Amino acid sequence: MPAAITFASVSKRFGDVRALDELDFTAPLGSVTVLLGPNGAGKTTTVRLTTGALVPTAGAIQVLGLNPLHDGDEIRSRVGVVPPKPAFYDQLSGWENLQFAATIFDADEVSARSAAERFGIDHALAQEVGGYSTGMRTRLALARAVIHDPEVLMLDEPTAGLDPESAKAVLELIKEMAGRGRTIVMCTHLLHEAEGIADQVVLMEDGTVRAAGAPATLARTYMPDPIVLIDAEDRASLAFVDDLDGVLTTRWDGPLHVTIDHDDRIPDIVIEMVKRGVRPTRIEPLVPTLEDLYFEMQRAHRELV
Amino acid sequence: MVKAVMRADLYRLVKTKDYWIPLIILGGMFFVVLPALLLGSMALVHEQSGIVGQIGDIVGNLPESIQNNLQGDSPTARASYAFAVYLLAPIAIVVPLTISSAVGANSIVGERERGTGEFLAHSPLTVQEIYVGKLLASLIPGYAAGIVGFGLYSVVVNVIVGSQLGGWFFPTAGWMLLVLWVVPPFIAIALALILRLSARVRSAASAHQASSLVTLPVILLSYGVASGLIYSPVLSAAVAGAVAWIIALTLLASGAHSIRRERLLGVAADA
Repeated sequence: MPAAITFASVSKRFGDVRALDELDFTAPLGSVTVLLGPNGAGKTTTVRLTTGALVPTAGAIQVLGLNPLHDGDEIRSRVGVVPPKPAFYDQLSGWENLQFAATIFDADEVSARSAAERFGIDHALAQEVGGYSTGMRTRLALARAVIHDPEVLMLDEPTAGLDPESAKAVLELIKEMAGRGRTIVMCTHLLHEAEGIADQVVLMEDGTVRAAGAPATLARTYMPDPIVLIDAEDRASLAFVDDLDGVLTTRWDGPLHVTIDHDDRIPDIVIEMVKRGVRPTRIEPLVPTLEDLYFEMQRAHRELV
Repeated sequence: MVKAVMRADLYRLVKTKDYWIPLIILGGMFFVVLPALLLGSMALVHEQSGIVGQIGDIVGNLPESIQNNLQGDSPTARASYAFAVYLLAPIAIVVPLTISSAVGANSIVGERERGTGEFLAHSPLTVQEIYVGKLLASLIPGYAAGIVGFGLYSVVVNVIVGSQLGGWFFPTAGWMLLVLWVVPPFIAIALALILRLSARVRSAASAHQASSLVTLPVILLSYGVASGLIYSPVLSAAVAGAVAWIIALTLLASGAHSIRRERLLGVAADA
C-alpha cells in the first residue's frame, strides 16, 4: 500500500530539548495509524511536522507525495488537524468560526453546516464559542477539521476531557473516514481508544519509535505464546496445571494466567480438569489488548536496554 | 484569504466591548471634549479679560507666516483660529496611532496566547496572508478613528469658532494633507514595527509594553512633523508624507518574514 505519510530519520530539537530523535514511521494510504505513547513522547511534534507547521532539524518527511518544507501550503489544504486543546475565537459564534475555516479551506457553507450537523453541534452554532463546554469545543474542532473533506486527518489526543458521547463521536468519525479511504493518524496515550480502530500502532517514547506494526503482528512478536485464563471454585485445585505438558508458565493475576506452547493445549487442560473433578468458573483464551501489548513492548524494550 | 483573516479580527474587535469602549472614550476626549472645552472657554471669556490678553501673547509668539494666515477680527477669534487650526493639529496623529498600536500589539501574540495560532499554523494560509490580514485589521481601526475623529473635530471647531469667523472654515488644506497623506504612513511605520514585536514576544503584556517603546518615538516624530507641516503646509506635507510612505512600505514589505509558523504555535526556536 502506498504511503500517505513517511518520516525518515526525522529529528527535531527545541534548543537543548530533543523532541524527536531519528523518528521513522510510515502511515499507509487509507489506513488508521495510532501513535501511542506517554506524554512527551513526541506525538504532537510529529503532527506539527507533518503539516509543515514545524521544520525538522534533520531527516526527510513526505506527505501525500509532497515535501512539507516546499509544498506546505498544498499539504495543509489537504490535511485536517484536530489539536489537543482546540482553540477558537471565543467572541465569535460557532458558525462564524466555521465560516472562517470554510473560507480558509475553500469550502462552502453547505459543507460547514453539514460538518456541524455530523458532530451534533449545529444546535449551538449561534452561540458564542466562549460559552461552549469542552465537549462542544471538541465537536466544533472536529467539524472544522473535516470541513474540506481532508485526505489525511490528524487527531491529537482528540478525546482528552471529553464526555463518553463525544468520545464515541470521535471514534465513529475515524471509522467512517477510514471507510471512505481517508488516512487517519491519531495520537493518544489512552490505550482503549486505539482498540479496534488501529490498522497500525506506532509505540513512541522519548521521541522515537519503540515498535510499530499491525496489532496482530505486534501481538505475535511480543506475545508469541498463547495465554489461557483459568479460574475455579476452589483455586487450590488448579495447582496441577503447572505440571501439564505444554504449559510454559503460570501466574495468578485475577484468574490464573497460563502460558502454553500452542492453542491445542487448551482442550487437554479442560479434559484434565474434568478428570480431576475441578469445577471451573472460567476458561478463556486471552486475546491481547493494546494495553497488554503496550506494557509488553515497554517491558521488552527495558530488557533490551 | 487576507480578507478572511482581517474580517475575523475586526469582527472580534467589534464584539469586544472592553476593548473598544476605552478607545472611543480616548478618541472622544481628544477630538471632541478637550477641543470643545478649550475653544468654548475661549469663546465665552470677555474680550477685555486678562485671559484673552495672555492668549494674545501666545498667538503673538507664533511664527509670522502663521500670524499672516490667522483669520478673525477680534483677538479672541484670532486666538481661537490659531488653537483650532495650528495648536491642536497633532491630535490627528496621537489617537489613531494609539488605537492601531493597541490592536497591532495583540494581533499575533494574541493568536499564540489563545491557542488559535495552532489553527492558523496548520491552515493553508501563507504567512504573507496572515501578516497582511493582521496588518489591515490593525490599520483600519486607527484610520477609521482618525477619519471619524477628524470629522467630529471639524464639526466642533466650526460650530464653536466658526460663528466668530463668519462661517465654516475647517478643514484647511494643511489639515487635509495631514490626515490623508501624512498620518497614514506614520501609523503604518509604527504598526510594521509593532507587528514584528508581536510575532516575537512571549505574551500580550510584553507586546503592549514593547509597543509603547515604538509608539512613543513615532508619536513624538509625527507630532513634530505635523506641527511643522501646519506652519508651511503643502510642499512640506507632500515631501514628509512621501518620505514616510517610502519608509512605511519598505518596513511593511519585509514584515511578513517576522511571522513563522513555529511562532504561531508558541514553541521555542530551533537550536
